[in-house]
Amino acid sequence: MIQVEGLSKNYARTVAVNNISFSVEKGDVVGFLGPNGAGKTTTMRILTCFMPPTAGKATVAGFDVFEQPFEVKKRIGYLPESPPLYPEMSVADYLMFVARLKNVANSEIKRRTEEVMERCAIADVKPKLISKLSRGYRQRVGLAQAIIHNPDVLILDEPTSGLDPKQINETRELIKSLSGEHTIILSTHILPEVEAVCEKVIIINKGKLVATDSVENLKHRAGLNAAIQLQLDTAGNGNAEVVRQTLEQVPGVSKVLEKTVSSDRLVFEIEGLSDRNPRADVARAVVNSGWNLLELKSLTFSLEEVFLELTGSSAEATVANGKGAAA
Amino acid sequence: MRNIWTVCRRELYSYFVSPIAWVLLAIFALLSGYFTYLITGYFVQASLQSQMSGQPMPMNLNEQVITPLFSNIAVIGLFLIPLITMRLFAEEKRQGTIELLATSPIHDLEIVMGKWLSAVLMYCALLLVLLIDYSFLFLYGQPDWKPVVTGFLGVLLEGGCLLALGTFISTTTKNQIIAGAVGFSLALLLWILNWTTSFGNSPTVQVLGYLSILSHLDSFSRGVIDSKDVIYYLSLIFLGLFLTTRSLESLRWRA
Ligand SMILES: Nc1ncnc2c1ncn2[C@@H]1O[C@H](COP(=O)(O)OP(=O)(O)O)[C@@H](O)[C@H]1O
Ligand SMILES: [Mg+2]
Repeated sequence: MIQVEGLSKNYARTVAVNNISFSVEKGDVVGFLGPNGAGKTTTMRILTCFMPPTAGKATVAGFDVFEQPFEVKKRIGYLPESPPLYPEMSVADYLMFVARLKNVANSEIKRRTEEVMERCAIADVKPKLISKLSRGYRQRVGLAQAIIHNPDVLILDEPTSGLDPKQINETRELIKSLSGEHTIILSTHILPEVEAVCEKVIIINKGKLVATDSVENLKHRAGLNAAIQLQLDTAGNGNAEVVRQTLEQVPGVSKVLEKTVSSDRLVFEIEGLSDRNPRADVARAVVNSGWNLLELKSLTFSLEEVFLELTGSSAEATVANGKGAAA
Repeated sequence: MRNIWTVCRRELYSYFVSPIAWVLLAIFALLSGYFTYLITGYFVQASLQSQMSGQPMPMNLNEQVITPLFSNIAVIGLFLIPLITMRLFAEEKRQGTIELLATSPIHDLEIVMGKWLSAVLMYCALLLVLLIDYSFLFLYGQPDWKPVVTGFLGVLLEGGCLLALGTFISTTTKNQIIAGAVGFSLALLLWILNWTTSFGNSPTVQVLGYLSILSHLDSFSRGVIDSKDVIYYLSLIFLGLFLTTRSLESLRWRA
């Protein structure tokens, strides 16, 4: 559906996108992941024919973005980083305007407008002025305008940025519900967002492609590197030192850190070797020693760590100055 | 065509849903009404005096009211037109809605034409108010209607130029106020270019005189359509729209 080959974009002084290539199949939901300033917006603006690339080639549905922009534009729904809304218009009037702009047939405009309002759960604010809407509603109006002409491809630039957690959830659900009918690329600097919504991920950093992979693989790779937090109760059977020694014997464990110790609960952080996930072995070791396993979880891994893992050098990873993935 | 109208319609929506259109109409009604009152007042006084003096001078409603009124209207236009055009692109750039327009299947020229057309229609709404003023002249006198028609055509063409140039200026900034201020300065400059005529008749003065925007209006308001003036206005409109389209294109390259 989307083919990108050797794409580059230079601004006056900065190289925003540097020779990236990837492809997206029909029906894919792809996360475009990278810290702030990685070049996500720039790439999306090239794909949507907002601006031409400096070098390289990109095609959408077989049409070149530079040579046949009209054919591309007809097939793309785009939600820019800040939703392109006219505050003085009512929601319904705005959507009808976009429908006309996107060449929806006159006889279809009303029906499509009603449909997308229903779809994006904004029918209740139909007559309201956009300036009076909350951020969450604005974002949904932004999504509604992106799908009004039923495009093959949806390009969403940081669709959840600036929303509160409840709105983030609603927006993600909405995007997921759209994934059946459209090929979707959504950009984000938040790793869990990719996990929550996407099947595939394209990672870029400083304008360069770092990796393209399935989310499953990415999680696996990142998960291998992530530390484990273990909480247990020795049931009067040995002390912290004994537990530590036992854990260090488990195959695949490289380092055990003692966190807090109270009389009935011991907490350890365990780092595994990068080629093996020791979680199952750790659990078995704890149970075999007759201790009570209270909790075993992976500590959330941050985007920085993923970069570290993927680029294989800490020096380069330190530039991944985007907000890490908390929570 | 449909695309031009789509853009134009939305623009008119914004003019009339926000206070801009109504404020402009109110200001224009006030100023044009006052000028009409002043000029007809002078005329009535002058004709009374000429009758009382025993040797009546020929009084002409067209020459003494309608022609000067059009000149004054054009001057009011210099002030109001930048207020019509300043938001056209500056606001789209500030709001980010330019990204919606630029990623829709519509040509840059269609966007520009739609915007300009909406500004022209907004300006026509102002001229409609003037029509009300003029209808009083027809109610109480018998002016020749031809100079009125050509006069309207003249101010429309002249306004069209300033609107096209103002639209271009609006593409160069995100800030409406700056677009308005620069647009107003340019309008003012185009007006006063021919004020150099007192310096004699050197080629420079002649060129400046030709470029001056209001000097081409006189023949229209006297009922004459001179192709020289029409060509001047049409070229300026073309130039303005051409620059706007190019500026919009280059926006994408620089983004
Ligand atoms: N209009 C512009 N002019 C100059 N530099 C820009 C412009 N837009 C973005 N950049 C630069 O290009 C790089 C990539 O930006 P962007 O594509 O917006 O990244 P992202 O969306 O991943 O945060 C950044 O270094 C940014 O400063
Ligand atoms: Mg961005």
